[in-house]
Amino acid sequence: MSNIKVVKEPLIRFTKRTDISRTKTILIRAAAVVLSLIVAAIVIVCVTGLNPLEVYVSMFEGAFSSTRRIWITFRDTMVLLCIAIALAPAFKMKFWNIGAEGQMLVGGIVTAGIMIYFGNSLPMPVLMPLMLISSLVVGALWGLLPAVFKAYWNTNETLFTLMMNYVAIQLTSFFVAQWENPFGSNTVGIINANTQGGWFPAIFGQTYVLNVIIVVLIMIGMYIYLGNTKQGYEVAVVGESENTARYAGINVKWVVIRTMLISGALCGLAGFIGVAGVDHTISTGTAGGRGFTAIIVAWMSKFNTYTMFIVSFFLVFLDQGAKEIASSFNLNEYASEVVTGIILFFLLGCEFFINYKVILRNKSKEEA
Amino acid sequence: MEQILTLLQSAVVFGTVIMFGCVGETISEKGGNLNLGVPGIMYLGGIASLAGAYGYENGVSNPNGIVALIIAFICAFAASVLGGLIYSFLTITLRANQNVTGLTLTIFGSGVANFFGGSLNKMAGGVGQISVPVTSGMYRTGIPGISGIGFMVYVSIAVAIAAHIFLSRTRKGLNLRAVGENPATADAAGINITRYKYFATCIGAGISGMGGLYYVMDYIKGTWANDGSIENLGWLAVALVIFTMWKPVNAIWGAYVFGVLYWLYYYVPGLGRSSQELFKMIPYVVTIIVLVVVSLRKKKENQAPQSLGLPYFREQR
Repeated sequence: MSNIKVVKEPLIRFTKRTDISRTKTILIRAAAVVLSLIVAAIVIVCVTGLNPLEVYVSMFEGAFSSTRRIWITFRDTMVLLCIAIALAPAFKMKFWNIGAEGQMLVGGIVTAGIMIYFGNSLPMPVLMPLMLISSLVVGALWGLLPAVFKAYWNTNETLFTLMMNYVAIQLTSFFVAQWENPFGSNTVGIINANTQGGWFPAIFGQTYVLNVIIVVLIMIGMYIYLGNTKQGYEVAVVGESENTARYAGINVKWVVIRTMLISGALCGLAGFIGVAGVDHTISTGTAGGRGFTAIIVAWMSKFNTYTMFIVSFFLVFLDQGAKEIASSFNLNEYASEVVTGIILFFLLGCEFFINYKVILRNKSKEEA
Repeated sequence: MEQILTLLQSAVVFGTVIMFGCVGETISEKGGNLNLGVPGIMYLGGIASLAGAYGYENGVSNPNGIVALIIAFICAFAASVLGGLIYSFLTITLRANQNVTGLTLTIFGSGVANFFGGSLNKMAGGVGQISVPVTSGMYRTGIPGISGIGFMVYVSIAVAIAAHIFLSRTRKGLNLRAVGENPATADAAGINITRYKYFATCIGAGISGMGGLYYVMDYIKGTWANDGSIENLGWLAVALVIFTMWKPVNAIWGAYVFGVLYWLYYYVPGLGRSSQELFKMIPYVVTIIVLVVVSLRKKKENQAPQSLGLPYFREQR
């Protein structure tokens, strides 16, 4: 109507959302998963010429087609979930603990050591708590070092914990060489294969029930810790703003150190579960990149431990499924990493549309 | 004496891989983007160069060395930049978390590379059967008089020096550093934050990808192995960025120091296999020490860019 020339508004602009309904959030995430599956399907067709639907069905079978497979899917979910839960408090505090891989490995080393030296001599009721506590302690110590430097000298924790991973990996190689069995194999082999000393006992006739029990307890415990305790609240405040925390009289240094002790200890516990409850051996592959995958799980779940269960289950499902396609379609199993990567990209990208509102130029005119 | 020479030679070859990765990552980090996808990008660069060279050498009856060289280079560069572009789009435009996006890119890159690497091996008739003699031969030609070192070694040094000059002597380089230190101030000064961040991350990724190209074509002589060594080298490149204190020119000697430290175990007499593993820990421990010392001394010029790892959203305060 007016003839005054105004500066053109940009075609699209973004504003931060103040609130978003739960259904809308879920819808956006679901749309992202569907989109990513379509993109992955296009990639599958272009690269292999296979029918993507068949591939997806086969993935599903790989994870769920038999009781044994379902248990394996659950077993792997539990380890991944345990690490993700361990990372949750650290990330909520905006402390980038990229070192879960290393913290898990040192926990695993200690567990394996106890199994080797005491597995056949100590009775189960002593052995299990001993392994549990030592893995917690060692993991906590591995996490403590970067935390102290972060708290007192503001040393970059992302890079510090990342480097600690490789120190732990070499330490693992060192112990593998020390304990190798049979000699010259460069592996530790199955520890106490005959006596099963230090192995998780079967409960209700199932091998992996204890794994599930431990991790589910931690899952509930961490949910309560983060949401309903004073310490959990302190973690949240430090994460939101260190200055606010300081003004409120929170001892930031101590919160950082305490939280990393917890985070590291639980990663060590994941090592305990991985060695005593799953692999019954130790190698540099005991963590197998799960320390990194768990970071993604924890981040995507927004530190909600129940959501973490769903996300880790989903990722393990993808992994199991991809192994199945690998064998039934004669592909190699790295296909799973490709598909996982694509899905994760989309999930990461969709966060933007949850946090920000997109406003098109025309639409805003109508509103005005 | 001879041993020292061979140690130095393997250190130089090893160092060149991580020098490319490090210089690329430094440029990206100077713009404030902590790209933990370097291993993935190096994977992408490596496999793309191999796939391009393989396609060319098997597609023509009489492959020309120079053409093969260019094809491998373009493939590697394009694939790496594409990886950087995915990362940039997610972190800069969509403001996704940098650490998580970077790690995802590493998973994706290693997946893509090993997937196609496995397929190429299968096409060639078995693990380790793939070979691109012409291209790999071209990349391994050295300067007459110095044997055993391919020309890419000199390229890497040139790239490091160029990056140093760019970051410290040019207007654009200084602007980029301003973006990495304090994007809000840079924005107020009229610098286009988004454009700088995009270019820095993508070109940085392209340079990092050269590490993958060099690894595949020279280090392992034009073949493919799914043994995860590119990933380890990629993380070492990230470590090297810290070690060099975000100065590309330091990468020239830093990379070789890492190479010496990495191979040292091979030349120290009387080491058992287990103590060799402890020796391989040294580069990482040294990096941690550097990281700690730098943060203790608090000298401004040695710190990481101030807004490293943080997204920038103009409307947000």
